[in-house]
Order: sequence, then structure tokens, then C-alpha cells
Amino acid sequence: MSITIGIPRSLYYYKFYPLWNTFFEELGAKVVVSDHTSKYILDQGVKSCVDEACLPVKIFHGHVLNLKDRVDCLFIPRFTSISKNEYICPKFGGLPDVVRNTLSGLPAVIDTEVNLRKSGKNALLAAYDAGKHFCADKRHIRKAFDKAVMCYRQYKKQLMDGKLPGDIFDKKAPKSKAHGAKPLNIAVIGHEYNLYDRYVNMNLLQKLKSSVANIITVDMLSEELINEKTRQLPKRMFWNFGRRAVGAALHLLERKDIDGVIFIMSFGCGVDSFVCDLVERRIRRESMIPFLVLTIDEHSGEAGMDTRLEAFIDMIRWRCSCENNLPAYG
Amino acid sequence: MKITFPHMGNTYICAKALLDDLGIEYLIPPFNSKKTLEIGTKYAPEFACLPLKINLGNFLQAYEMGADTILITGGCGPCRFGYYGEMHREILRDIGCEMDVITLEWPDKGAGEFLHRIRKLTGKLNPYRILKAVREAATTAMQADDLERLANRVRPRELQRGTTDRIYKAFLNLVKKADGSAGIKKLIRDTAGELLSIETDMDFRPLRVGIVGEIYSTIDPYTNLNISSRLGSMGIEADRRVTVSGWIIEHMIKKALRLPRDLSYADAAKPYLGAMIGGHAQETVGHTVMYARDGYDGVIQIYPLTCMPEIVAQSILPSVEKDFDIPVLTLIMDEMTGEAGYQTRLEAFGDLLKKRRERGVYGKTVALSGG
Repeated sequence: MSITIGIPRSLYYYKFYPLWNTFFEELGAKVVVSDHTSKYILDQGVKSCVDEACLPVKIFHGHVLNLKDRVDCLFIPRFTSISKNEYICPKFGGLPDVVRNTLSGLPAVIDTEVNLRKSGKNALLAAYDAGKHFCADKRHIRKAFDKAVMCYRQYKKQLMDGKLPGDIFDKKAPKSKAHGAKPLNIAVIGHEYNLYDRYVNMNLLQKLKSSVANIITVDMLSEELINEKTRQLPKRMFWNFGRRAVGAALHLLERKDIDGVIFIMSFGCGVDSFVCDLVERRIRRESMIPFLVLTIDEHSGEAGMDTRLEAFIDMIRWRCSCENNLPAYG
Repeated sequence: MKITFPHMGNTYICAKALLDDLGIEYLIPPFNSKKTLEIGTKYAPEFACLPLKINLGNFLQAYEMGADTILITGGCGPCRFGYYGEMHREILRDIGCEMDVITLEWPDKGAGEFLHRIRKLTGKLNPYRILKAVREAATTAMQADDLERLANRVRPRELQRGTTDRIYKAFLNLVKKADGSAGIKKLIRDTAGELLSIETDMDFRPLRVGIVGEIYSTIDPYTNLNISSRLGSMGIEADRRVTVSGWIIEHMIKKALRLPRDLSYADAAKPYLGAMIGGHAQETVGHTVMYARDGYDGVIQIYPLTCMPEIVAQSILPSVEKDFDIPVLTLIMDEMTGEAGYQTRLEAFGDLLKKRRERGVYGKTVALSGG
């Protein structure tokens, strides 16, 4: 019987799921993904995790609890770095230790370290390490990994073309209603796990779409475009997300077709506390683009969020249509 | 050019020694106070960690007094501290405060840029004199840390409560007037003599508590509401392994020269936290294990709200607590922290430790609630 491996539908699931899925399936494992985030999963996570952790980490705990009794092993890699000379949030680096010391009764945890800080080739080492639990033949692992990388590239391309992970994985994207209004171009910046988890962001992207907006995410911009902009920073940004977010913001500033920027962050996010502030300062200093920060945590209410979103969209629309009719004092 | 630098506990002693010896003009910002924090909180991003806010307050207070250049250290992640320099630059720019920021770190552009920054700081000084000043500053930092340790040892044993604090506080103010590393070292020796002559209870065996956590909040007495003095006055001896001199020597000098570093904490942390994840998470876990092995009565973890590495450490500490049977108290600091609540928690923790010790003496029959 093949081994079942559990992948929590949280954090880097939204970034790497096609890679992991193909890799483990090629090695003959059965991949089980936890259920979609729900109130129950969130509550379970909040209950078990330390209070100070951020919402995504709490939800991750909920997903692990959702999986733990129905799989042979859990895949919780230790992400130290996913790109050369860059880090990610320290919580990713300590994630397997945090989960192991917080939750009890876990099945085996595959805590392969992914550290590409020195070289991108280290990804293969991580693959060998994770693969050895399923297959002793290194060549076979290599082949599975190559195939997984192909899938991952394809996925990235799909994201760049404007598809959302929800549409790609679940294949039942609700179509947005046709609407007479002119579509707005709204850029949404945020961590993958906040942006693409529909429960966490209370369906933000769908809501934007139904108020007739084209969504631009960081994933839709090419690396070259982003890197060209980040090179202008006086000091290199050492977080992968930070570099991409700041680079994307600088790029958006120069585009003339952006009607608004929304930054979605989770409460207490260390990386975002700086990145969001930098992005906001740049946008406010150098442009007139409306900017909205949405902070989410386990207490966020949907009504409040809807109100802010609607007000933001209305403001942009009014700006387009009645700017000239309004007196300067409002 | 008038240089200023942020406060972090006794760091100003070391910085003063260095800048005095190099003959660079500088200005020590006023000691951290409510005002410093208030100014910082006003302009810093809401979710930034507490040290950034206090540092910003330091700079703005120094700016008012005439400083125009900021000297700080940096890093390259994953802890936020590495980006402090850039954040300060952006914030100061937006509030129209023209200050230059010199970050002492290894820049991406390599050695040339580093030398450029040093030259900007020191002008045409000869390299030998610079190296000598760095060495003197490092030894001054070590002696200042030794003095603090001595004060922490004497405080719980003093017969007249408050004597140690009076002498130590006077020392902190006198340092500002001392001249160069030689003057500071003499002052440290004199103060050590005074501390040693305090009347103490030789037979008293105080409870011992280890302080672990994020470096700034554990080292800076304003941020941690003077925890070692609070504990000392309850008759508890506080110890802390992360020090200014340790940070300078282990983290900066030894790393730059690629000398072998003291990594005993990493070995101790290994079973719980297998990798370096930035900040002081590994030190926190490792030191907690080491304190438990050394027979300490308890451990207190302190960190500023939203500190990423310490949240990881905090989630791991309950396992250490269980495995070694040592109580751990976590205190999280931010600009909203109230003194009374803090004091209550410390007192409760002190009582708990006292009861645990008594239970050791009388056996486990004593009910905790019974007193």
C-alpha cells in the first residue's frame, strides 16, 4: 500500500502545491490535502497555537490538526530560504519545530530543510532528502523532481496569465457577472496565503471582481520587471516577499493604468510591518494612486471589511467620473 | 558632522569609548524615556517592533540637540533589524528631518563601500589607531557587562535595599562625563569597588532566574522596566547570557574575522530548534536549556510584540519547561505595557519559585495554595 502524505492547505501550499503534489505522486505516495480553511479549522488553530503567532501560522496549526489522523506522514518543510541571498519569515524556518512542540499525537513529520540562500541547486538536495522516505533510488527522485519543477513552472505561468490558484486547483471558478461599468485596475499586494485563501481574506478577490475590477497581483508581474525596480533600492531587500512586493509597487507607480492599490496583511506580520510601510511611503510620495491597507486577524468581521472595500471602490469610481464637479474642500 | 547612535542598555558606554578614542564628535541621546517612546511611536509604522520605535525616538531627540548623522549596525535578515537603517532613512525623510544614516555592516557592494563608510566616519585616521580604538571599546564593553553582572549579584543580597541601584545609577550618569576608554575603565573599577563594599547577607541563598529573549528588550532596562532591579529587590538574582560585549565580540568581530564562535547554546537548543532562524530564537531556547541544567529556579523570556524569531522560541519553550521541570514566564513588551500588571506578574512568578523551593525542602505535601 502506498504511503499517504498530508499537505496542509495553508502557507506555501498556494505557492508550491503543484510542485509538491507532482513530486510525491511521482514517487508513488498518495497526497492528501487538508480541507478548505473554515471557521472550525481556524478555531482549532487559534486554540492550540501561542497567542502571539500571526493568523496564517494559527491557521496552519488548524490544518495540521485537520490532517493528522488520516495520513501516515505530514509534509512540513523547514523553509529557510527560497531564493538566492534572500530569506523568508523566521516563522517558516522554525515551523516544523513549532508544530511539533505545540501539537501532540502527530504522525511522522517530514521536515526537510529548503535553503536556497547559497545556491538554487540546493532545491535538489531538499528533494533527495524529502524523497528518501518514499524511494531509495536517487535517479528516480531526480526524475520526479524534474517533472515536479515542470509542473511548477507551468503553474507559475498560469498565475502570471492572471489565473488564481483557486481556479486552477478547484476548477470551478464562479464567473463574475457582466456589469456595465468600466473595469478598474486594482493591484492587490499580499502574501500568497492571505491573498489566495478565500476564507482568510473573506473572498476579497471575488468581491473585487464582482465590483468589476481587473486584479493585478505580484504573481502576474515577471521577475525581470520586479528586479529591475528593486535594484533602485539603496539596500537590497532580504526577504523574498519583500523584494517582490516593493519591486511590484515601484513598477505599478510608473504604470499609468492602475486605479488603486490594496495591501492585505495579517495582524502582527513582521515582514509586512516594514514592507507595507515602505510601499505606502513610496506610493504616497510619488503618486496619487489610492492606497488601502486591510489588516486581518481572527477577529476580523466581514461587514467591516466589505464596507471599507466598497468605500474604496466607490471613491475611485467617483474620482473618475465626478472629480471636476467636486469642490476642492470635499 | 555630529554623530549620534541609538540606546540599548549599556551600549552607549562602548560607543562612547570608541568615539572618544577616535576623536569623533558625537552626541549621546537622552536616556530612553516615555518621551522617547512617544516620539518614536508617533512616526514609526504601527506594527514595527518596539526597538525601532525607541531608536527613532532617540534619533529625533538627538536631532533636536544638534546631531546630524546616525551610526547604527545592520545585518541581512531574516530578522527585521537588518532593515532598520533603511526604515529610519525613509521615515526621517518623510518627516523632513535631514539626517544621514551610516550603517556598519558588510554591504552588498563589497569592501570598497565598507571602507568608504568607515572613512566617512573617521576621516583620515590611521588604521592602527582605529583598530586600537576598536579593541579598547570591546574591552570596555566587557568590563561594563561585568559590572552589571556584579550589580545583579550584589542586589538581592544587600542589607539596605536600594543601595546597589543608587550606586549603579550614579555610575550610568557619570559615564557620560568620563573621558575615553581609559576614563570609563577607571570609573568602572571605582564603581566595582563601591559595589563590593556594600553590606550584604553572606548566608542568603537567593532564587536564581535566567533572562532570555530578544536582545534589545532583555538588555535595555527601560524596555524591560528594569527587570533585574525589580527581581533583585524581591531577593531574586537575575542572570542574562546575551550581553552587549558578547554581541560585539561573538557576533561582529569573530564573524568578520571568521574565528570559531561559542555555539554551546546551539547544541543545547538542537533537540528543540534544529536550525538558525534569525534573531535570538536559538539563543533563547539554548540558554533556557542551559539555565535548567545549571539548576536555576526559573527562566523569564522577554520580547517585543510581533518579534518573529521569539514567537517561534515561545512556542517551543513549553517543551523545555516540561522536559526540565523549570518554570518559564513570557513577558511581551510594547508601548502599551503597564507597569502594575508587569509587577504583579513578576511577583506572582517570584512567589511560585519560592513555593517550589519550599516544596523541595518540606517534601511535596505542602499545598501550593496553603502558603
